[in-house]
Amino acid sequence: MSYVKGLKCRECGRIYPKEPLYVCEYCFGPLEVDYDYERIKKKLTRDEIVSRPKNLWRYRELLPIDNEPTDGLDSGFTPLIRAKNLQKLWGVKELYIKDDSVNHPTLSFKDRVVAVALSKAKEFGFTTVACASTGNLANSLAALGTAANLKKYIFIPADLELSKIVGTLIYNPVLVAVEGNYDAVNRLCSEIANKYKWAFVNINIRPYYAEGSKTYGFEIAEQLGWRVPKHIIVPCAGGSLITKIYKGIKEFKNIGLIDKIDTKIHAAQATGCAPIVNAIKENSDIIKPLKPKTIAKSLAIGNPADGIYAVATVKESAGFAEDVSDEEIIEAIKLLAQAEGIFTETAGGVTIGVTKKLIEKGRIPKDESIVVCITGNGLKTQEALAGKIGKPIRIKPTLVSFEENLTRRKKCL
Amino acid sequence: MSIKVRIPTPLQKLTQDKAEVDIDAGGIKDIREFIEKLGKDFPGIKERICDEAGKIRRFINIYVNEEDIRFLKLDKTPLKDGDSISIIPAIAGGGSTQPPSAVSLTIKGGR
Repeated sequence: MSYVKGLKCRECGRIYPKEPLYVCEYCFGPLEVDYDYERIKKKLTRDEIVSRPKNLWRYRELLPIDNEPTDGLDSGFTPLIRAKNLQKLWGVKELYIKDDSVNHPTLSFKDRVVAVALSKAKEFGFTTVACASTGNLANSLAALGTAANLKKYIFIPADLELSKIVGTLIYNPVLVAVEGNYDAVNRLCSEIANKYKWAFVNINIRPYYAEGSKTYGFEIAEQLGWRVPKHIIVPCAGGSLITKIYKGIKEFKNIGLIDKIDTKIHAAQATGCAPIVNAIKENSDIIKPLKPKTIAKSLAIGNPADGIYAVATVKESAGFAEDVSDEEIIEAIKLLAQAEGIFTETAGGVTIGVTKKLIEKGRIPKDESIVVCITGNGLKTQEALAGKIGKPIRIKPTLVSFEENLTRRKKCL
Repeated sequence: MSIKVRIPTPLQKLTQDKAEVDIDAGGIKDIREFIEKLGKDFPGIKERICDEAGKIRRFINIYVNEEDIRFLKLDKTPLKDGDSISIIPAIAGGGSTQPPSAVSLTIKGGR
């Protein structure tokens, strides 16, 4: 049963059929999935959703597939955690972490988009899938693509974190390390996609793939008891996630699952790669591309595909934007781990650091509800913490040695 | 004397389905003149790359020898024999808008 009417150009509104197309032939605007919301409204009630298994497909009417979902059947529905210790530390009343660092199967929000992209690619009849990735997408496409028995070509910048390379290679895809930054990888991939007829999930499957990110927003609303928070802090790389989270909660409102939206959406980037945040701070609609230089490699996109829409989302919701330095990112990773027991990757350090900044600056009032997006797992970016978190206390296997060393340590403290 | 141009799928109907075409580089100084010449060789293509005001459309990125012209001299980026140019939809290759005042491709002789 399909609720998708077709594709529609986001800029000029031209209509296209449900095919692996991603760009308007006339104005080059991005194509978006066009749903039949009237029919969805009749089918997708709160009771219906609650009766379904706890994965991202519980919202399948709002996802762009025609047949039953085939991939990522255990992805999504990650915990929404009340962050009581951070709440106390920051003096705020209601703070939550939406924790995709434990998403199945590869510990990042990318499992959501890949679940949708692969289900759709198979509907189109593709047998080879591909992507350009800063790491998390590579891990996810490699894992879910393997489970789906698809051939996989994965393109990454050559200087990626070791854990993200290992976490891709283990599934035995064709892994291509391109000598250049992500923007160079992405440009190359769009030329390869032009020539080889593969399902490039973030190029020709992009209109479908990107819809998977909405489920992150759907879950926040459902897990809060069918309401949305006053603030959501979202990490920005290509700018798609922030746009889709907002689209998701607006769809929930449109089909009557939540009553109102008074959510401010805030954009978070690393200072060394902040084209979206810069545009918002300068009150500009123009994204100035730049060469990234940050430890937050998963966010290191200097030329964000959905940058202008990310800016528009923040403006429309009356949100703010902030960036944090590499040092602040590391401090924030440690803060989240040591306050809440959640080990996030550098991108999570960005959202925690930015949230702290926005609260300190008074952009986020302390008595309002806040959800911080944690989209990836710290085990994947351990290099960033080298030399920053101390060392184990090394002892001999004797009680004497244990007590000597602990006493000595106490004296040091 | 030629410049190699890679054409994105949506524009290949205008290049007889060719993904790559050669343009005679004779007399072409920069990107602005290149687009004019491309439009002469493949009628209709200039109107698709540029908007009504003659500016490169906001969703198109142009690369010279793999470098984004926004890191070079925009439409005044100089060209020489043997250069290769890629025209890429912004939504795929990462993208954004150009400063409206900085990139103007209004060509002498009008539209």
